[in-house]
Amino acid sequence: MSAAEDDKKPFLSKKFDKFFTGLANAWSFVCRFFKEVFLPPYEFKEIVHQCYRIGVESLPLISLTGFIVGLVFTNQSRPSLTEFGAASWLPSLISIAVVRAMGPLVTALIAAGKVGSSIGAEIGSMKVTEQIDAMEVSATNPFKFLVVSRVLATTFMIPLLVMYTDCVALFGSFLSVNANEMVSMSTFFVQVFESISFLDIFSSVLKSILFGFTIGIVGCYKGYNSSKGTEGVGQAANSAVVISMFLIFIEELLALQIVNAIRAF
Amino acid sequence: MEEKVVETRGLKKSFGDLDVLQGVDLDLYKGENLVVLGKSGSGKSVLIKIMVGLLKQDKGSMLVLGKEVSQLKTKELNQLRLKIGFSFQNSALYDSMTVRENMEFPLIRNVKGLSKKEITYKIEELLEAVGLPQSINQMPSELSGGQKKRIGVARTLILNPEIMLYDEPTAGLDPITCMEINRLIREIRERYNTSSIVITHDLTCAKETGDRQAVLLDGQFKAIGTFDEVFAHADDQRVKLFYDYNFINI
Repeated sequence: MSAAEDDKKPFLSKKFDKFFTGLANAWSFVCRFFKEVFLPPYEFKEIVHQCYRIGVESLPLISLTGFIVGLVFTNQSRPSLTEFGAASWLPSLISIAVVRAMGPLVTALIAAGKVGSSIGAEIGSMKVTEQIDAMEVSATNPFKFLVVSRVLATTFMIPLLVMYTDCVALFGSFLSVNANEMVSMSTFFVQVFESISFLDIFSSVLKSILFGFTIGIVGCYKGYNSSKGTEGVGQAANSAVVISMFLIFIEELLALQIVNAIRAF
Repeated sequence: MEEKVVETRGLKKSFGDLDVLQGVDLDLYKGENLVVLGKSGSGKSVLIKIMVGLLKQDKGSMLVLGKEVSQLKTKELNQLRLKIGFSFQNSALYDSMTVRENMEFPLIRNVKGLSKKEITYKIEELLEAVGLPQSINQMPSELSGGQKKRIGVARTLILNPEIMLYDEPTAGLDPITCMEINRLIREIRERYNTSSIVITHDLTCAKETGDRQAVLLDGQFKAIGTFDEVFAHADDQRVKLFYDYNFINI
């Protein structure tokens, strides 16, 4: 076998090699983000613009979903709790479920679908139409303008959206509890705040920051490395959503273990 | 002796098994328009992408304005890029920005201390030069192919480049718009005193815009000279075919 042929032979198999090369590329992409984020020039205007797009433009969808989650979860939980004569615990149950898990998870999954896919498709289409090359040849750092601004925007905005979703979901739950159990707003929210601890809110915010970072970096990575023309743009958008969601579930699982360990300690 | 602004020696570039450039030698002199002709996929665009550091050669040297591009650090490369205007095949206008924002983009990031009034004046002056002053607030999606090309050229001119690189400036355009783009390329040379490389496979464009022609085949330049020198006395059958197909076999 010639030296050239030997070079082309995969180390394990083509699929394994591709997987590990992809991991190494993703890692260097993340490292580059942390390097670029601290170096000037800072694209403040673009960061604010992206925060607006990611935050404000997601509000209608997030509001509707949060409200329905709160309402439906309350209605679904009521029969079981009533069976045990514990219907008065509904506000506590809902608040713990929403703040600890459902709020961050539902918001992150919706954002992965809406924001992650749009970032992947936008940057992917810029890549295949040479707009990223055009930025580079005009002596502008496209990584800073496109990637750093979007990842920072998702990292800032997802925690805010999560807090907003929590509020809307609790409001949806309150409407149901108010209509069925005749509980006043003040009684409902006093019970809500008595049930949740500082650790619940703190871990929820930390998780949301991680989810936001994941959605941004995966969307940007997939878009920035897309190829094969318009087909590649579709693939970038699609895989941005799939991988983000996959990572969000893994992060949720890890966060749950860590928070439970802290609680036990 | 004329000053060389680009000097390429023994340039080689491969993509996997495919050897695209196999020892390219090329000089671009100050103030001249050089046309690089060749089949699709012959490496014409690769050559100018190496010039601006978008791609790196495997072997050989690429001196642009006296600097070896592959050896420059990011900051130095960006300094050099400010002196080179690159007009992309598909214009590469930023979709999400208006024409004004597209043109402002390189200017506000690379030239400090300009007032809003000065920026607007510069943009309007260049839009006037490319014949599209009315398009300033339009989005790229509202422009025709020829208009996009013109705006793309205006955007590259905003930083006063010394060298212009045109990648397939007339590809996909109708003959009248092609003629207008060819005229624009000549006017830019006269007005802004630039040296240019025009990448094309359109011989009409080559004849109208180029002082010299260079034909790239099999990864090397098979003929370099004036239009008549290259095509009237071509030894290579494929160079002859190029001419015949464009001017005779229509």
